[in-house]
Amino acid sequence: MRFLDRFGRATIDFFEYAGGLTMLSAESLGFMVRLRVRIAETISQAALLGVQSLVIVLLTSLFTGAVISLESAQQAVAYGFSAFVGGAVAYASVRELGPMLTAVVVAGRVGAAIAAELGSMVVTEQIEALRSMGLEPARFLVVPRLVALLLMLPLLTIFADVVSIGGGMWIAQVYAHISYESFISSVRQSIDMPDVLKGILKAFVFATIIAMVGAYQGLSTRGGAAGVGRSTTFAVVLAIILIFISNFVLSFFLFG
Amino acid sequence: MSNGDRKIIARIEDATLAFGERVILKNCNLDIVDGAITCIIGLSGAGKSTILRLLDGLLLPSAGHVYVRGRDVCHITEEQRNRVRQKISLSFQFSALLDSLTVGENVALPLREHTRLSEAEIRRTVMDALDSVGLTRAFDNLPAELSGGMLKRAGFARAIVTRPDLVLYDEPTTGLDPIVTNLITDTIVRLREKLNGTAVVISHDLSSIFGMADYVAMLFEGAIIAYDTAQGIRNSPNPIVQQFLSGSEIGPIPI
Repeated sequence: MRFLDRFGRATIDFFEYAGGLTMLSAESLGFMVRLRVRIAETISQAALLGVQSLVIVLLTSLFTGAVISLESAQQAVAYGFSAFVGGAVAYASVRELGPMLTAVVVAGRVGAAIAAELGSMVVTEQIEALRSMGLEPARFLVVPRLVALLLMLPLLTIFADVVSIGGGMWIAQVYAHISYESFISSVRQSIDMPDVLKGILKAFVFATIIAMVGAYQGLSTRGGAAGVGRSTTFAVVLAIILIFISNFVLSFFLFG
Repeated sequence: MSNGDRKIIARIEDATLAFGERVILKNCNLDIVDGAITCIIGLSGAGKSTILRLLDGLLLPSAGHVYVRGRDVCHITEEQRNRVRQKISLSFQFSALLDSLTVGENVALPLREHTRLSEAEIRRTVMDALDSVGLTRAFDNLPAELSGGMLKRAGFARAIVTRPDLVLYDEPTTGLDPIVTNLITDTIVRLREKLNGTAVVISHDLSSIFGMADYVAMLFEGAIIAYDTAQGIRNSPNPIVQQFLSGSEIGPIPI
């Protein structure tokens, strides 16, 4: 009976969470469609959430590209496939690792920041104050963060793709003496514009996941400082899990 | 709406509200007289703040009705409720100013969002509101840079800047020294006169309450058990009211 009770509660909690997240997303989308977007706040959030994530995204991308190159270049040279190293790095970066690693890094940094900020606003009654002034928290707080991420994550992904390929090219040249020309030629043969666009499409989906999970978790915060901590942790964990799941689904339909 | 010869601006009618198993209000009734200061007293955790949130539409009763200017705010859309809220202001216990905005920006927020005033007019209106609470010099300060009393007054300025019909004050004097408490009490009375509006105040500070109240309601075990003029409450024969006013441990209120 205890198992059934727990299972029942968990099921209800799951549907309550999914329903709440969907409703907040629909409400935010409604404001975006009606162009009820606070432009100045959105620009400010884009700077805060996007620009400040740039360095960490570039560093992780650089070394990701480098390590793919490191692992593949030596084998490729040994077996005479050195002309394919650039393609391997670009293929992995543009289609999978660029969008996904960028999203994971941004989820860790920005998803946590959104959940913590909104969670703190809940426990200090600032959200209730907004509602008492007739202002919708979704329009006032969620939409600027969502739009900012929808603008910045695809851009960060493009930077990540470029830097990842650059890192791979550098290591391929240093470690396996593969010339830049040969590497770039291999990149060009392996990926085309639809690959890049599909990677960017993934970034839009990931941006929505990060912003909405962070915002919903923040706005659902209960229980003071400890509650803010729980919300922040859960927002990051859930966003990363959803990024991995949606990445598989998107790859299945886009590249499968 | 009216109650005898008194005009009623807001009414809570047979309201019941529970959070899970815990019943906060049970068939609660309360009239808020237009143009008066009504204070709500009661034990900690009795549900006084809940009454303010019902009046502001932030909480909805599971049964019963809440009327503001004759309109049942329980059975309208959130968008319609937001329009009703533009004529009601809630001043929070801990001010609830947005900590990323300066005091001036906080006070200007409802004007920027709900009016088409120019920036010059907004600034003038904000300065007027801050002047009413003696805080013009805090215009550019962040909330974190203010003392407790200043925060309360900045919250008052934000609450009155749109000249609402009804201002709700949630424990405005809690945690303040006697001098600042008097200042806050005087400010509430002055603001009520300036706006020619209505105020509902929740407080535990009896000297502050009897220094400003036209009417006093006592909330006990989820219902209003006494409602009268301030003098009428002082002289109430109700033993629960008398125990509460005297602060005695002996009486019908379970400790």
